[in-house]
Amino acid sequence: LPCPAGAEELRPYTVNGDAIAESLTGAPGDATRGRTLVLERTNTCILCHSGPFPEEKFQGDLAPNLAGSGGRWSAAQLRLRLVDASRLNPATIMPSYYRLDGLDRVAPNWRDKPILSAEQIEDIVAYLATLRE
Amino acid sequence: MKFAATIVLASLLIAAGIVARPLIATEIPQGERRSGYSFMAPETRAMQDDRTSNPGMLWVLDGETLWKQKQGAAGKACADCHGDASSSMKGVAARYPAYDKPLGRPVNLEQRVNLCRVRHQEAEPLPYEKHDLLALAAYVAEQSRGLPVAPDPAPELEPFVTKGRDFFMHRQGQLNLGCTNCHDDNWDKHLAGSAVTQAMANGYPMYRLEWQTLGSLQRRLRNCINGMRAQNYNFGAPELVELELYLMTRARGMPVETPAVRP
Ligand code: HEC
Ligand code: HEC
Ligand code: HEC
Repeated sequence: LPCPAGAEELRPYTVNGDAIAESLTGAPGDATRGRTLVLERTNTCILCHSGPFPEEKFQGDLAPNLAGSGGRWSAAQLRLRLVDASRLNPATIMPSYYRLDGLDRVAPNWRDKPILSAEQIEDIVAYLATLRE
Repeated sequence: MKFAATIVLASLLIAAGIVARPLIATEIPQGERRSGYSFMAPETRAMQDDRTSNPGMLWVLDGETLWKQKQGAAGKACADCHGDASSSMKGVAARYPAYDKPLGRPVNLEQRVNLCRVRHQEAEPLPYEKHDLLALAAYVAEQSRGLPVAPDPAPELEPFVTKGRDFFMHRQGQLNLGCTNCHDDNWDKHLAGSAVTQAMANGYPMYRLEWQTLGSLQRRLRNCINGMRAQNYNFGAPELVELELYLMTRARGMPVETPAVRP
């Protein structure tokens, strides 16, 4: 079936425990691109997080430092944390980057699309997995 | 099914010490309330404090000129009815938004100025965020500088304050955040380089260095709503006035700082 105009279908995924084992795209992401995506302010990560980014002067401190996240979590666990962190902690302030339901009063220009695409999620997962302190 | 799985998962996470934050956000206790001023660098505070270096004073001075100008079909100036603003307007801004009986709802200071233009000067309302309206609002509000914020006690306002508070607490937008998530739960932290602060509205209109101009409280609120990627409201919308009203109850007792300076 064709999608409604402007809407982006989410790819199906399976949650096992606190993880999504399979890549959302069926292919591994690109860690170099992932680092760039994390540092882009419009993707919002560094508004809240700090990390091993010596070149970036303005980093947030609302959330844990991303350094070492690949040591603390597997790629599969990182994937669920990006897709929908609220499944793990319903009170979290971390947005669900790959979710369309359960949102209220979304501005028209952001409506019906996830914050990040499946490809972007995979690139970021690949990058975070390299952060082993 | 998903709910049950979430509970199991949540208890595992709690056992592992991962989940810490309470579900229900709480308001800041009176004794811990702080103006945005107290989060600023010493140079920015000095700029606000010194009338000769505070850029907002330019609008205040223009407001004083406009106060004395005859306007509209009635050919009257603000001063013709209200006289010397330093006595007639003292303390007024400290209790705005206030209840307007004929309209049956709260109006903010800019709207009050425009009501006087329409009702009493028989002139067109001034456009929001344009120089003249900001200048008149800044001039009127500056007459309350240093006085404690003292919200209008009209009992009719209660449902409007409640609506503003509900909006503040409600998660919304693509980022699924509520104002409270930042301004009650994380005011001691930083969003990228900016201090989050407690969303105290005791200095408006204020000069924002990022804007390079004076702006209203509603302009500031619209910025935060955009940041949440939520549907925004037009200037003057009842929802924004209700939010202003709630914010002033949060700032109760804090000195009016208009024209404040903020980064
Ligand atoms: C509005 C704030 C906010 C934003 C934006 C945000 N996060 Fe988070 N993030 C958090 C918080 C808070 C936690 C702590 C866990 C929790 O609250 O569930 C967290 C946890 C994490 C974790 C697990 C950290 C650990 O080691 O325990 C990772 C990885 C992560 N975030 C990555 C990201 C990435 C990548 C982005 C951007 C695509 C992002 N976050 C955007 C607030 C945020
Ligand atoms: C993701 C975090 C975040 C959310 C959500 C948020 N704000 Fe803000 N807010 C900020 C930051 C950061 C600043 C300070 C920006 C600066 O001055 O550079 C700010 C500034 C303000 C100020 C100015 C305070 C002063 O001292 O003048 C007010 C008022 C305010 N916010 C109200 C709100 C309201 C109302 C909402 C919800 C509709 C909201 N904010 C949502 C982060 C947030
Ligand atoms: C012809 C008389 C008249 C003129 C001219 C006039 N006002 Fe008023 N003003 C009033 C009256 C009467 C009220 C009480 C509310 C009402 O009936 O509208 C009022 C109320 C106000 C208030 C609210 C006071 C409070 O305690 O809540 C402010 C602020 C104000 N005027 C500012 C102005 C400004 C600024 C101008 C010029 C742009 C102006 N007024 C012009 C008659 C006038």
